[in-house]
Amino acid sequence: MDAAAPLLEVEDLEVEFRTRHGTARVLDGVALSLQPGRTLGIVGESGCGKSMTALSIMRLVPVPPGRIGAGAVRLKGEDLLQASEKRMREVRGKDISMIFQEPMTSLNPVYSIGDQIAETVRLHEGLSRRDSLDRAIEMLKAVHIPAAERRVREFPHQMSGGMRQRVMIAMALACRPSVLIADEPTTALDVTVQAQVFDLLKEMQEKTGTAIILISHDMGAIAEMADRVMVMYAGRIVEEAATDEILENPRHPYTRGLIACVPHMEEEPPPERGALTEIPGVVPALTDLGSGCSFAPRCDHATDLCRSRAPRPFAVGADHRAACWLYDEAGAA
Amino acid sequence: MLLLAVVVFNFILLSLVPGDIADTLAGESGGASQEVMDDIRRTYGLDRPFHIQLATYVGKVVQGDLGTSYYFNLPVTELILGRIAPTLLLVVTALVLAILIGTLFGVIASRRPNGLFSHFVTVLALVGFAAPVFWTAFLLIVLFVAMLEIMPLSGLVDPTTPRGTLTWYLDVLHHLFLPVLSLSSIYLASYSRLARASMMDVLGSDYIRTARAKGLGETSVTYKHALRNAVIPVITIAGLQFSHIFSGAVVVETVFTWPGLGTLAFESILRGDTPTIMGILFFSAMIVIVVNLLTDLAYRLVDPRIRSARNA
Ligand SMILES: Nc1ncnc2c1ncn2[C@@H]1O[C@H](COP(=O)(O)OP(=O)(O)O)[C@@H](O)[C@H]1O
Ligand SMILES: [Mg+2]
Repeated sequence: MDAAAPLLEVEDLEVEFRTRHGTARVLDGVALSLQPGRTLGIVGESGCGKSMTALSIMRLVPVPPGRIGAGAVRLKGEDLLQASEKRMREVRGKDISMIFQEPMTSLNPVYSIGDQIAETVRLHEGLSRRDSLDRAIEMLKAVHIPAAERRVREFPHQMSGGMRQRVMIAMALACRPSVLIADEPTTALDVTVQAQVFDLLKEMQEKTGTAIILISHDMGAIAEMADRVMVMYAGRIVEEAATDEILENPRHPYTRGLIACVPHMEEEPPPERGALTEIPGVVPALTDLGSGCSFAPRCDHATDLCRSRAPRPFAVGADHRAACWLYDEAGAA
Repeated sequence: MLLLAVVVFNFILLSLVPGDIADTLAGESGGASQEVMDDIRRTYGLDRPFHIQLATYVGKVVQGDLGTSYYFNLPVTELILGRIAPTLLLVVTALVLAILIGTLFGVIASRRPNGLFSHFVTVLALVGFAAPVFWTAFLLIVLFVAMLEIMPLSGLVDPTTPRGTLTWYLDVLHHLFLPVLSLSSIYLASYSRLARASMMDVLGSDYIRTARAKGLGETSVTYKHALRNAVIPVITIAGLQFSHIFSGAVVVETVFTWPGLGTLAFESILRGDTPTIMGILFFSAMIVIVVNLLTDLAYRLVDPRIRSARNA
């Protein structure tokens, strides 16, 4: 997998937010690499920096209060963090598209969905009004919206949440981007609709060959969709491996906790626990992260070392890394 | 139906006001005997019992007859129609300017919520809100008429200008400037504040993030995607405040002796010219109803959710 040149490569990304309680380092040393046509899953609890990673790639982090302090985001070799704002506007919606968690509010209520899809096409491909509306209908058909010719004139409030998310997908894929970032695309939808949206994403990926970054706090969804998984905690990547590897052989205590939270993924749920477990404790405030591992306060294996120094990622298998002192072979000696 | 209720209510309210046309006429002719005054009252039917007066009046209104002005001895409808154009010119110009400029100010301020212009809008809103219309009007008179001497003090147009020529229209505009400025200042202030808050709210919404993620520039994001949503509350408030701006017009017209309904209303109250006052109130009520319909129409143009909700 490493042989092919990556489509998108993020290196050592650092994002800070100035807040009332001091500066919060929202992302710290985030790195990822995405191959064409593949799916990368980013998983982690709410507030751990998944959306911020996505917004940094799009360069849509609100500045101020935010600031991308360091790092690189390379799309086919071009560093987007160094690109002009004009260049970024070409990239957004054409090379990299994004869909969001809230289908109910992510579409503009005063424009028809056809206009909103056509707008992207006109902007990036310079099509005429007519042609871009035809493309919108074509896209609505592709995402299986019935009566597309009629619905293209409808407004967002006339559609259900699932339908709106289909519209968002149609809009995001209208210019055939090479990367689609889906930030918790199903979190706001009910379970049967969730499955439909995932099926649609897979189908569209097969048709268009777009690579997907799928963000979720649900390990189950990631397991179904992703080729590779990145686990984030408090703005850092704590574990990273191929999906099967991470499910069969999770190494970081946090990853183990996340997997234990998904009931159907364990062969036999331990009897002393309910169907659904939770990792005890909460994500710490990002303004006062100490010098130690940020998961240490919630970790059963935490030692003095964990509380005083943050671990770097250690190789724990083939193409599998975990940032946990448990795997520091040199240090353990 | 609502209009009838308004008519009855106005009639009752005005009958409570002390003094009547007989007092005025007597006062103007330097006093009159009790007999003459009784005679005047009989002529206008003021000697009859209250409920008969009310019934007679309502009956006439239903037939489209607003009665005859005691003072001018002219049909009230005619009197009002002669005065309504200057008032509508004043009020509509002031309102449209306040909405347009206020919204524009609000949009510009919202782009930099902590910028200098944003603070200027906040201060403007405070001053505009706190300052009474007549005070603003006098201030403008002092500045433009007394000190700079570039604006006429009063009236609709210079009476020597030939009517209907280009010069005449320009002269009307010249005379219109200060009254419009005084009247629109309060609304300008509150609309710019409202538009600023509304824009900031909208700019933080998910669909704006979507618009940016599509690759749209800030100009499209602001003026196409945000503004159309942000203007909805401005329309609501403008519609609600329209009756309010009418009362402001009375003050402004009086200060600048603008020959509109406001001046007429003010003078008629002083003269006890009840039919005229009643007629003006009736017309104002009708205008407010028409404006509500227009507001509704504006909503439908801007917001598709309302279009389908009402058609369903
Ligand atoms: N506008 C902001 N100001 C300050 N902090 C923010 C802002 N937006 C996000 N954050 C912080 O950034 C962190 C990461 O947020 P996010 O990427 O949205 O998390 P996730 O998507 O994983 O739930 C959170 O701790 C959040 O509090
Ligand atoms: Mg998020």
